[in-house]
Amino acid sequence: MVSLLKSLWYVFLHMFQKRVTVQYPEEKNYLPPRWRGRIVLTRDPDGEERCVACYLCSVACPVDCIALAATEEEDGRRYPDFFRINFSRCIYCGYCEEACPTYAIQLIPDFEMAEYNRQNMVYEKEHLLINGEGKYHGYNFYKYAGLELKNKGKGEGENEAPPVDPKSLMP
Amino acid sequence: MATIYVDGKTYEVNPNNNLLHECLQKGIDIPYFCWHPAMGSVGSCRQCAVKQYKDENDTTGQIVMSCMVPAADGTRISVDDEEAVEFRRSVIEWLMTNHPHDCPICDEGGECHLQDMTVMAGHNYRRFRFKKKTYINQYLGPLINHEMNRCIQCYRCVRFYKDYAHGDDLDVFGAHNHIYFGRHEDGVLENEFSGNLVEVCPTGVFTDKTLKEHYTRKWDMTTAPSICTHCGVGCNTIGAERYGSVRRILNRYNGQVNGYFLCDRGRYGYDYVNSEDRIRTPMMRQENGELESASKELVLNTLKEALKSKKNIIGIGSPRASVESNYALKKFVGSDRYYTGLSDTESKLVDKIIGILKNAPVRSPSLKDIRESDAVFILGEDVTNTAPMMALALRQSIRQEPLKLVDMLKIPRWHEYAVQDTLQQRKGPFFIASVTGTKLDDIATRTYRAESDDIARLGFAVAHILNKDAPAVKKLNKEVKQLAEVIAGALKKAERPVIVSGTSLGNEVIVHAAANVAAALSKEDRRTNLSYIVPEANTMGVGLLGGGSIGDAIRGVKDKKADTLIIFENDLYRRANKSNVDSFLKHFKHIIVVDYMQHTTTQRATAVLPAGTFGETDGTFVNYEGRAQRYFQVYYPEQEIKESWRWLRDATLQAGHNDFKEWQNLDAVVGAINREVAAFRKINEAAPNSRFRIAGLKMSRASARYSGRTSIRSHENVHEQKPPDDPDSPFTFTMEGYSGIKPPGLTNLFWAPRWNSVQALTRFQEEIDGPLRGGDPGVRLIEPAQRFSFSYFTDVPAAFEKRNDEFYTVPLHHIFGSDELSIKAPWIGELAPKPYVLLNKEDAGVKEYNEGDEVEVQLSSGTWKLPVKISDSIPAGVIGIPAGLPGLETAILPGWSTISK
Ligand code: SF4
Ligand code: SF4
Ligand code: SF4
Ligand code: SF4
Ligand code: FES
Repeated sequence: MVSLLKSLWYVFLHMFQKRVTVQYPEEKNYLPPRWRGRIVLTRDPDGEERCVACYLCSVACPVDCIALAATEEEDGRRYPDFFRINFSRCIYCGYCEEACPTYAIQLIPDFEMAEYNRQNMVYEKEHLLINGEGKYHGYNFYKYAGLELKNKGKGEGENEAPPVDPKSLMP
Repeated sequence: MATIYVDGKTYEVNPNNNLLHECLQKGIDIPYFCWHPAMGSVGSCRQCAVKQYKDENDTTGQIVMSCMVPAADGTRISVDDEEAVEFRRSVIEWLMTNHPHDCPICDEGGECHLQDMTVMAGHNYRRFRFKKKTYINQYLGPLINHEMNRCIQCYRCVRFYKDYAHGDDLDVFGAHNHIYFGRHEDGVLENEFSGNLVEVCPTGVFTDKTLKEHYTRKWDMTTAPSICTHCGVGCNTIGAERYGSVRRILNRYNGQVNGYFLCDRGRYGYDYVNSEDRIRTPMMRQENGELESASKELVLNTLKEALKSKKNIIGIGSPRASVESNYALKKFVGSDRYYTGLSDTESKLVDKIIGILKNAPVRSPSLKDIRESDAVFILGEDVTNTAPMMALALRQSIRQEPLKLVDMLKIPRWHEYAVQDTLQQRKGPFFIASVTGTKLDDIATRTYRAESDDIARLGFAVAHILNKDAPAVKKLNKEVKQLAEVIAGALKKAERPVIVSGTSLGNEVIVHAAANVAAALSKEDRRTNLSYIVPEANTMGVGLLGGGSIGDAIRGVKDKKADTLIIFENDLYRRANKSNVDSFLKHFKHIIVVDYMQHTTTQRATAVLPAGTFGETDGTFVNYEGRAQRYFQVYYPEQEIKESWRWLRDATLQAGHNDFKEWQNLDAVVGAINREVAAFRKINEAAPNSRFRIAGLKMSRASARYSGRTSIRSHENVHEQKPPDDPDSPFTFTMEGYSGIKPPGLTNLFWAPRWNSVQALTRFQEEIDGPLRGGDPGVRLIEPAQRFSFSYFTDVPAAFEKRNDEFYTVPLHHIFGSDELSIKAPWIGELAPKPYVLLNKEDAGVKEYNEGDEVEVQLSSGTWKLPVKISDSIPAGVIGIPAGLPGLETAILPGWSTISK
């Protein structure tokens, strides 16, 4: 009897609590930037594709819904020829983002992806690639890698010494 | 056997090995870099440190390099000792101080020994905060990519390239912490085995440049055990595919055959599978005379009439088609209407060779036997160009005789630098008799240059010296006689001599001479190893199956009243005179070619059916040794590409024949061969059949971490399709199935927990550097008869006499270019020589030709305009033409020719 009254009392008290339910879709809930929703591919600060087609996201994906193929610019800069995510399989676990060594692949706080036709859940690179850096600013993988590129010679990367002269006998 | 103690546990080990070797053998993980089972220990990387104790009372111990300490009886070591662990961790931390931040874009990533060892040694966080060393890379040719920043100075590359493969254009330069591994200047790596650097280098310094064109990680490729299709050696390979194209070839260890290595033709020739010239759909000749794609049903339906009566059909097989396909064709058309597809010369020689290997007191050696030979006599072959991996094996044999000294001094054989110091420049006896310079000349004791009959005369002379029952050679000049004495003397002294000869000069008497030498050397209890090099992957297979040559088919066509010709995987124009083939083909109303590449013969066909390469089909090849080896389909093709025997089955069923009704899968064909052809009694032992299971599971072709399973095809259809079945083999096409260590013939991936690189191989071997677990795959079909019936060949030829107006023209073989298939890979094409004619200096003088002059060479098979190359070594009266190069495919050699300007 006492517990019954207690419950009634609690329910009554709830009438004065702040409302958490919002009138979606007219009203939208706040989603923190680290919320794991739709996946995008981002660009580095110079506006180049960040993805280096290393296949780490695809291997990290527990449902194997990422497929891509590597190709190269003439100077050896690697990027994905195609990059496909089958969102009808994706479980938004964020493993791909965690595995990505270049900050290219990011999950963003957008979940409004429902489709009437499942086929439309298959996103290609043109649907994934955005014109910005996403959540992580400033990072440019190729500046740190040892690879020689069109506008970056050996020894010109971050924290690199000029190339060794194998003919030198100086210590 | 010796007993050693590792971390308190007792192990029985072989005291002739070092501790690292034995620990890995027992499954104990010790990180290492510089040690390689085929190249011994040098102790340069300091990564394999363990603690050794004097006796059970010693608690202090001392750090030693496990690769440099013998696994002697009573040795006590600890791998887990704290100091040893810390030592190893700090060694790798030092190695990594300058390592670039490259893994995501490094082709080694995911199969990198350095990554594995870094994890194994426990180095997790970078503390080094200073600038990293960088290096300028070199252009090393179309096969190998160079990224010197990633080097950890383990010296494996130069040890392989210089010490093992005897190359001289890769070295280490510079001093102290500036050392540089590369060439003295940019340029194509000259050694024919340079591709092995990709697997030998534990880092991403040397990587497969052709893989880079369509880069895929190790875990993402569908792989299957395969056999190299580019020469008669039959090296074991792993074919790897992604997105419908073959991406690379890796070595598949077989202790009896190729061991740890492959030649560059074999590693890089795979791209013909992806070539534009592939036939991928059935084709039919239309009313307008054009060959056009047509549906399978339509083509098979039209073939009904052509195949109605077997009596009207002639079948030509091929040494590049599997035993199964050749057998099917032979069975269908009948023995008297089946031809092996070998040229006249090849056919004659191969029959001879099989006869000799079966009946003479000799034995056909595996490459392992050749590596272990202590005296070598080569008759008429440029082995590096005709059987590349045999050349690499022969290169190892020069050590065998001098190694006796090493054993005498009780120096362990794995102690590489001590062995080298002892050997100095000593080389075992190695004799080459060839038409012109060969790529093994640098290790030869003596070389002899002569026309092919003269080479045979030298062989006959050697045999006669060894055994007086062998016929003598008349009118031998003094120098040759003396050389024969030297060779005979050296061979006699040897314990395990090997005689190498083959078909490349198209000369029967050389084959006989080699048999005489080997037979003369044999004793009651010891048969001499005699190795005959044959040109193609299944030359021996069709030889064992038996049948006439293409020439026989051409000559016999008139009496056979046939109007339908079925050709399996063969371009007749490469093997018989063009005019003869032309008129031969005119006899037929229907010419059905089943092949995977377009060539001159397919252009003459009335119907073409798409056969499969090693990538799309299964089958068995028999190599030079007589070893039957199974290759397995690598991937499931988009188009309807099938085994030639399957096409024949489908077509004949449609035409109302029930011969092959029962043939639902490869096992049925293999079973039939097994029952019906005596020479192939053991063919079913070449590999497990399609019913083979482990724990009820099929074997998986894809790795356990194959990615993209649910999205590879999702752009076509988001609903996933059922993966295709494979009725022919115990493999699935996906990652479903057993992915642990498979039986030896089914190994498609070298991977073990903590070992992502090819170094995982130690987990697959029964004994490191020995056989695979469960025995090396393949089965020898030719074992020497218990009682032999052999009488010495007596057809000693007369000495070669040059003619005034004609030249004896021999084929010169090239590792890059002479093979019909590998030349389709653009990078092999880039390395192939341009056509030329090789002429003796004297002859050139008489004719007043200069180097580079364009001359017309007229053979019975055609006329070619070729630039002159002048040589000191080719005998006067003899000229050489590169075999099989594009443009020269139809030159039928050897033969007499005239030259004019
Ligand atoms: S992990 Fe990142 S860089 Fe690598 S393929 Fe995926 S998106 Fe590209
Ligand atoms: S060599 Fe190995 S560790 Fe070095 S960058 Fe390449 S994958 Fe990474
Ligand atoms: S290039 Fe490779 S094999 Fe050669 S020393 Fe460096 S890491 Fe070792
Ligand atoms: S030696 Fe012959 S079989 Fe072996 S890899 Fe080279 S081409 Fe292939
Ligand atoms: S493996 Fe022992 S020192 Fe390198």
